[in-house]
Amino acid sequence: MRPFTFTQVQDVDSAVQEVSAEGAKFIAGGTNLLDLMKIDVMSPSHLVDITKIALNTIEETEEGGIRLGALVTNADTAYHELVETRYPLLSHAILAGATAQLRNMATNGGNLLQRTRCYYFYDTQTPCNKREPGSGCSAIEGYNRDLAILGTSEHCIATHPSDMCVALAALEATVRVKGPQGERPIPFAEFHRLPGDNPHLDSNLQPDEIITAIDLPAQGFAQHYTYLKLRDRASYAFALVSVAAALDLEGSIIKEARIALGGVAHKPWRVPEAEAFLRGKEATTENFRRVAEAYLLGAKGYGDNTFKVELAKRAIVRALEQATKMEPTS
Amino acid sequence: MKENYTGKPANRVDGHAKVTGTAKYAAEFDAPNLVHGVVVNSAIAKGRIKSIDTSEALALEGVLEVFTHENRPGYTWLDKHYQDEDSPPGSPFRPLNSDKILFSMQPIALVVAETFELARYAALLVKVEYEREPHSTDFEANISNAYKPKKYKSTPPPDPRGDAEQAFAAAELQLEEVYSHTAQHHNPIEMHASIAIWQEDGSLIIYDKIQGVQNSQEYISNAFGVPKEKVQVYSPFVGGAFGSGLRPQYQLFLAVLAARELKRPVKVVLTRQQMFSFGHRPTTAQRIAMGASPDGKLQAIQHNAFGETSTFEDYNEDVVIWPGVLYHCDNVQVSHQLVSLDVYTPLDMRAPGGTTGTFALEIAIDEMAYKAGLDPLEFRLKNYTDTDYNEGKPFSSKELKECYRQGAERFGWANRKMAPRSMKKGHQLIGWGMAHGGWEAKQKEAAAKAVLSPEGKLEVSCATADIGTGTYTVMTQIAAETMGLPIEDVSFKLGDSSLPKSPLEGGSWTVSSVGSAVKQVCEKLQEELLKVAQKNGHEIFKDAKPEEISFANGRMFLSEAPAQSVPLLEVLALNEGKPLEAEVSAKPAKEQQKYSSYSHSATFAEVQVDEDLGTVKVTRLVSAIAGGKIINPKTARSQILGGTVWGIGCALEEHTVMDNHLGRFINHDLDKYHLPVNADIPETDVIFVEEKDEIVNPLGAKGLGEIGIVSVAPAIANAVFHATGKRIRRLPITLDMLM
Repeated sequence: MRPFTFTQVQDVDSAVQEVSAEGAKFIAGGTNLLDLMKIDVMSPSHLVDITKIALNTIEETEEGGIRLGALVTNADTAYHELVETRYPLLSHAILAGATAQLRNMATNGGNLLQRTRCYYFYDTQTPCNKREPGSGCSAIEGYNRDLAILGTSEHCIATHPSDMCVALAALEATVRVKGPQGERPIPFAEFHRLPGDNPHLDSNLQPDEIITAIDLPAQGFAQHYTYLKLRDRASYAFALVSVAAALDLEGSIIKEARIALGGVAHKPWRVPEAEAFLRGKEATTENFRRVAEAYLLGAKGYGDNTFKVELAKRAIVRALEQATKMEPTS
Repeated sequence: MKENYTGKPANRVDGHAKVTGTAKYAAEFDAPNLVHGVVVNSAIAKGRIKSIDTSEALALEGVLEVFTHENRPGYTWLDKHYQDEDSPPGSPFRPLNSDKILFSMQPIALVVAETFELARYAALLVKVEYEREPHSTDFEANISNAYKPKKYKSTPPPDPRGDAEQAFAAAELQLEEVYSHTAQHHNPIEMHASIAIWQEDGSLIIYDKIQGVQNSQEYISNAFGVPKEKVQVYSPFVGGAFGSGLRPQYQLFLAVLAARELKRPVKVVLTRQQMFSFGHRPTTAQRIAMGASPDGKLQAIQHNAFGETSTFEDYNEDVVIWPGVLYHCDNVQVSHQLVSLDVYTPLDMRAPGGTTGTFALEIAIDEMAYKAGLDPLEFRLKNYTDTDYNEGKPFSSKELKECYRQGAERFGWANRKMAPRSMKKGHQLIGWGMAHGGWEAKQKEAAAKAVLSPEGKLEVSCATADIGTGTYTVMTQIAAETMGLPIEDVSFKLGDSSLPKSPLEGGSWTVSSVGSAVKQVCEKLQEELLKVAQKNGHEIFKDAKPEEISFANGRMFLSEAPAQSVPLLEVLALNEGKPLEAEVSAKPAKEQQKYSSYSHSATFAEVQVDEDLGTVKVTRLVSAIAGGKIINPKTARSQILGGTVWGIGCALEEHTVMDNHLGRFINHDLDKYHLPVNADIPETDVIFVEEKDEIVNPLGAKGLGEIGIVSVAPAIANAVFHATGKRIRRLPITLDMLM
């Protein structure tokens, strides 16, 4: 680990000011950043501890939704009564990730900003465009079982590793951020980026901005939902493919459908046109299969991960079936 | 009544020390002025170091030295000076010996600084330029270059019996398949670590993570040219090793080197990532060709293994001995060839050869059972053997049929329908599979010393190790029972190179070897007690012979007259306040040579496989073990459970990925190298069947370290077939193979 300076701030404005210094980074739970610093993948010269800022509550909003403070831990969010009763999809997704110990430390803001778990990103002795722009991508022709099949570029096939974010994408959350120019909301779909020519950038958050909260709209899909996570072991593993599925049903007719995929792209993957196809349709396996095909249009396998294309389709069908039957867990 | 400590569950005698943190592991020791070494590893797999610039690291205040091939002192150069008790034939790797790179993550520098943090930082500042040469790490691409080693590390493959080729060609039922698995790494929870302290008189004190302190002692003595008696190695506790601590690893050499040059105590602890930079279970491919008669009698087995090794040592393990041990078949031909790659030499890992060979053979047997239309258990009974055909000797005991019977009953095997895909619950296909296995029960020569204090406290010692298996506990039980002392009055010492000679702690032979020595040294101590009693004219024992004396409840008496017992303290008091001592070296009895000794297992597994998604969940496991006398059923059960968990990992998860472009293992941490977690582990039944064996060793106990793992992975693979109808011959079995 390289030497760094450390400061603790008490409010959002000081945080924004401190982080504008060259090489500065925020630290809250530290569950990802510290690991990365230890192996020299990230080497901030200045750490700004934001854990004392009062962003640690979950409250109802005027619009009928709820606001998740950026510094509420993942565990406290998952087990919060408002989340459990009104947004159980989010609760399930959070609890499908990491371990109890990690969820107790990790914060909501940090969850959004965690880095990819690509093998090569974690090994500084290998080329990786995300870690070292221009050095090349080892994964495209290397080992890519865990990596992306959608929205990739010739420079990077990393995935975003979060489970929580997949649910937030499906629920159409809004990320509230603050920078020197003041506050701005970012719709969840626009928060994370695709790798394109700049795979070193994970999100559209500016270096001098801080996440203050995540807003959830009123509609929580608390009846028909599923978070289905497929992975190489039963717990404490990142998703090969995950699906956050939410349905608003009237009898067997779908009023609204939300589907977000995890483990397949640089960001939670949604295809609104495909979701729209389900509107007004019967909740049948056949329709689910059609939407699954539409979701994976343009998917590209890289060898070890090619199976994920078909797996994702089957997972979408299964998740929607479970959501229909009100059987969120398989 | 005499207290029987063996055969009953006993808590670990070191349990309290472990859970309260007072048990010290190698890296936890301290010394005045201790400094820290951090290893720099190679980025390439083959080539040479063109330049290594340490100036930036050395410029930091508090960095004492950066050792590289450029400034490493000469010492000795002969291969034999770097060979250790577990070395395969060849030329052992010597850290910092030259600019040559032989494998990726090879240690190329040691940065030593006043603090760990500083050393770790300075290690980032070492700049290396390489001259790359094309590496070859692709096992499958190089299998055509496989060769028969001049000398085998383990048993050479047994000679052919009958004519397997012809019998195979003539057999009505035939099977010919290839079974394979990739490399796996040991990943004990405790990282490898060493502390080296040079004393002013030129002697050396070492704390090391190792499965045999005397192996480290001998290695360092040879490599640094220091007389053995001047090298003292301690390793009182080991946080798991599974074979990774059989050979002294490079951090030991580097710590000693740095301590010698700097005249300061040096500690070197490897990181989790660096735990992937040395030995591993080798990538292996096995061709099995099997012939049987229509009624399911085996007529031919050909078992031809190809195992990975390094370019500098010929590592092999007992992959192909299993047809001769586990089945009656008259025509058997086996071979084991090596594929030399630019990797570090593989290293024994829990049931080396057994895990690999049994997995392939037991899937093949299941396949043949299906060809013959026989229940897999019935097929095994039909081809049962009471003879070890490799040795042409009967087994000293073999209660495998009882393992089948009890295991099958507990599991409910009788209700199994033969056809695959015959059980289903929702989307889950349910399958039942079984397999059996064996592991050699060896006794090796081991020495032990016993000291009985005037206060009646017994201390027994041997330079063995306790790698978490329960050695401290079972040796204490054996000594307490033999001496008829309360267990609280007995202690066992290990992990100190000055103690009586021990073989490496491995191969499942520790209870058999060291346990026998402990029993014998206590018996010798009893003779000493008798001598003291007789020398001092004790009435009761006047004419007694050693075999006529018994010991129980801290008292000594004539076996025929237990009522007239004498407290040991009374006899000890006659010894002028001096402790009484005895030392033995226990050798295997000649009688053992007439027999072959193996422990056996039968594992029954239930899995659920999602018909669409391919996910596999093991939902039930029963393992029945014939392991001779079970000294401590509690620690023994833990041993078998551990093996079972590992078997699940081996079947479904463990997999070190070689990136052949980079020539490097790429999933080198515990996020990406998957070991089973609690959620993967089902309800597991462990059954120990009764097995009497008066040949195997004086205790009648066989080792349990490896037998718990060998039959688990094939049982799971066979259950997956039963669930899905898909035969997977490559481990680990992952969901993409079953979609």
